[in-house]
Amino acid sequence: MNAGRPGGGGGGRRPFFRRRKSCPFSGPNAPKIDYKDVKLLGRFISERGKIVPSRITAVSSKKQRELTRAIKRARMLALLPFIVKT
Amino acid sequence: MALYESVFIARQDVSSSQVDGIADALQKVIEDNGGQVAKREYWGLRNLSYKIKKNRKGHYALFNIDAPVDALREYERMMKLNEDILRYMTIKVDELDPEPSVVMQNKGRDRDRGDRGDRGDRGGRGGRRFDERPPRDDKPRDAAPASSDEKPAAAAGTEAKSDDAEASKPAEKAPAETAAPETEKSGDDA
Repeated sequence: MNAGRPGGGGGGRRPFFRRRKSCPFSGPNAPKIDYKDVKLLGRFISERGKIVPSRITAVSSKKQRELTRAIKRARMLALLPFIVKT
Repeated sequence: MALYESVFIARQDVSSSQVDGIADALQKVIEDNGGQVAKREYWGLRNLSYKIKKNRKGHYALFNIDAPVDALREYERMMKLNEDILRYMTIKVDELDPEPSVVMQNKGRDRDRGDRGDRGDRGGRGGRRFDERPPRDDKPRDAAPASSDEKPAAAAGTEAKSDDAEASKPAEKAPAETAAPETEKSGDDA
């Protein structure tokens, strides 16, 4: 989340700048989080079916809680898997 | 009266007309108990993500309900008794969505929409703003619990194209790449 400017940490010869990503669920025409929207929720689970942490997806904590609830509901209805066995 | 959204899954062996019959019966239960069904949807036979009672598929149906608690209680009891119903879930909502749900919308337009399966611009599809587009590169990956050393690299991996990010390998590879030139440099200095 607090990935504003990581800069070149630790003897960084290569200071790489990362664009500060904004929450995909904030701002105008942001998608509504809904347990029925499998396509949308599918972008926030890993290949194994785990919920991806917000520090990677840049979802705000409020929306992450909402998202988590939606994913868990979708799992109960077998719209999303609990686990993908490999 | 409170507002609810309810989805139930019927067994794969029943026909869609039978599902309709079940839904009719359930709707009647609600209406007899002083509630009403604001919207009813049949999503069709969908694949289940995991087996439920040895079923790989199921008929999904959705109700939007405005009913008192007693009606809901009876409605859920009927679903529990019905052996054709594999599972149901009722959720209390603040407001009912009068429009067809995402599932129904996607049925018609799976083809023309790309990867961006959100419903942000539901009203007019022309006015898509490119600067508002959600970042689509952060494809979920397996390498979620990265150690603190790898964290910047892992984040850099998400910046990269989704193809790279998919394989969860770049997360481990990237530090090696960043480290290698530095060691070479220091070697030259020394």
